[in-house]
Amino acid sequence: MSDRTERPTADEPNATTGTTGPVETTSSGAVRIDKSAEAPADRDTPLLEVRDLQVEFRTREGVARAVNGVNYSVNAGETLAVLGESGSGKSVTAQAIMGILDTPPGHIAGGEIRFRGEDLLTLSEDKRRAIRGDRIAMIFQDALSSLNPVLSVGYQLGEMFRVHRGASRREARERAVDLMERVRIPAARERVNDYPHQFSGGMRQRIMIAMALALEPDLIIADEPTTALDVTVQAQVMELLAELQREFHMGLILITHDLGVVADVADRIAVMYAGRIVETAPVKELYAAPAHPYTKGLLESIPRLDHKGKELYAIQGLPPSLTALPSGCSFHPRCPLSTERSTTERPPLHPVLDASEAPVAGRGSACHYWKETLHG
Amino acid sequence: MGRYVVRRLLQMIPVFIGATLLVFLMMYALPGDPVRALWGERSVDEAQIAAMKADLGLDLPLWHQYLNYLLGLLQGDFGTQIASGRPVIDVITSALPATLRLTALAFLITVVLGVGLGVIAGLRRGGKTDRMILFVTLLFISVPVFVIGYLYQVFFAHNLGWARPTVQDPTAWSQLILPAMVLSSLSLAYVARLTRTSVAENKRADYMRTARAKGLTGRRAVSVHLMRNSLIPVVTFLGVDIGNLMAGAIVTEGIFNVNGIGSAVYRALSYREGATVVGIVTFMILVYLVVTLLVDLLYAVLDPRIRYA
Repeated sequence: MSDRTERPTADEPNATTGTTGPVETTSSGAVRIDKSAEAPADRDTPLLEVRDLQVEFRTREGVARAVNGVNYSVNAGETLAVLGESGSGKSVTAQAIMGILDTPPGHIAGGEIRFRGEDLLTLSEDKRRAIRGDRIAMIFQDALSSLNPVLSVGYQLGEMFRVHRGASRREARERAVDLMERVRIPAARERVNDYPHQFSGGMRQRIMIAMALALEPDLIIADEPTTALDVTVQAQVMELLAELQREFHMGLILITHDLGVVADVADRIAVMYAGRIVETAPVKELYAAPAHPYTKGLLESIPRLDHKGKELYAIQGLPPSLTALPSGCSFHPRCPLSTERSTTERPPLHPVLDASEAPVAGRGSACHYWKETLHG
Repeated sequence: MGRYVVRRLLQMIPVFIGATLLVFLMMYALPGDPVRALWGERSVDEAQIAAMKADLGLDLPLWHQYLNYLLGLLQGDFGTQIASGRPVIDVITSALPATLRLTALAFLITVVLGVGLGVIAGLRRGGKTDRMILFVTLLFISVPVFVIGYLYQVFFAHNLGWARPTVQDPTAWSQLILPAMVLSSLSLAYVARLTRTSVAENKRADYMRTARAKGLTGRRAVSVHLMRNSLIPVVTFLGVDIGNLMAGAIVTEGIFNVNGIGSAVYRALSYREGATVVGIVTFMILVYLVVTLLVDLLYAVLDPRIRYA
């Protein structure tokens, strides 16, 4: 079971290894000299690798299986988009990586989260805390509620340097001003003592980004970073994020349900449904020819100008309850291609083959009928 | 901010007039009168009483009496007690310190223990400690203060011998601890429960998730991020609560025999000494207004979203 998927990053061409088996997505190459010199593990080790991660929530209604064996990996400088609707487990996976799951009720039931080759789940809480914010940072959806309302943004930004770098109060304040300038907040020096409510939505999200960038982490997880923003501001914020990512050569996990955002900035996409990855592919290929009925449904439900006046497509039914997942393929109750087999046998992440029966790099689909979907 | 303070201070004028008028009217409505009370059961010449009333200005219509009283206040004259001949201001200044000391100590206990227990319970919501604290505070809320007072007297003073059952010297802080514990019990319970809810709610807030994602230590996340937010509603409550403590002090003083405002008001009421009662109540209202203003200003310091204009 070693499916080697590979993603060429924006700045460097890349050797690609073939896809030979289901499930696992790792990658090789894609390393810059500066970062790889720091990395303790060898060059083939991805920056972050999630293996068979399982997260459960114990609720009154029973055990909710929010994440059921997720696998994905991210390289330095690469953007992985994790796509899925609410409750698909995309945010929970991110919280597990950060180590900020609410425990209880949540707990990690199995799997590994390897950061630079080291399994984060085996580290002590102190060591994990040192990594949080410093090496792996996170950007949240709603910047207004995610920033502390009673502390100045300067304080909240500077806190990163004080806690992780032992900076003095004054030094931290200076660094906060630098950060605000870096994310292009006008009059940063005058505004450093302002409070979150005194900024506009876009500016607040820039502050969130600045906070995540503060210590130049290796990996940033952005959980729906633009969902709460106006469309025009969305584009600006996304552009800024992408630009800073290139500048610092960071890995970026972009969690979203917005297919439009993904198309512009992501290198690779992992589509999640009911706590599993149902399809993974380089962004262009996924848009051109989805290999999973769920992905196909998502793409067809985007309003299009040339379909104006026609009825908008919608995937029938509702996402399954996480306390009672359907047997076989979790998507089968909503799937137009569903058969007897779908209800009994859970499809693994099949490698997607091209016309000459050779595996397509970095493509996988958890559907028994990926071939029909791809060509149908 | 400056303008806000000035406006709040100006607002005290109508409150002051309203409060004095209300208490004045209530005193007038009470049966009996202070002059006749001087003779008690003995018979007395009606002409003598009338002369004395005229002398004191008590024969004037009510509005005139009230006006005279206000005019006196403006000149710093709180009036004179009829029976004892003591200036009312003397009565107030000799009784007030004991009450203020008792209230202050009770307030301190309320803040320290109430907030402390509330934070502990809030951080461990649903746990054993939390349930214990909920139970104890529920007891404090449901048992009347005077019952708690006598229980404390029996337990701490009589059985354990840790304190005196009554206060001999109200200037000694150590003697005030037991009455202050009694006085603070109700407020303490409310503050603990309010803090608990606020802490438990803020613990789940998005900004606390951010604090964890930043890699802050648990201690820092709680003390810097959680506390500032959780205390905002508690501070509001504490401001209002100072009034409750001052009013409650009167009952507690009775239980522990403290020579404070409580006993002064009680004596003045039994002699129908209107000027004394109005003076004391007005004084306490003013103290209350100033303290609430201070608390409101503190509120703005805690929560930058509040703007005073």
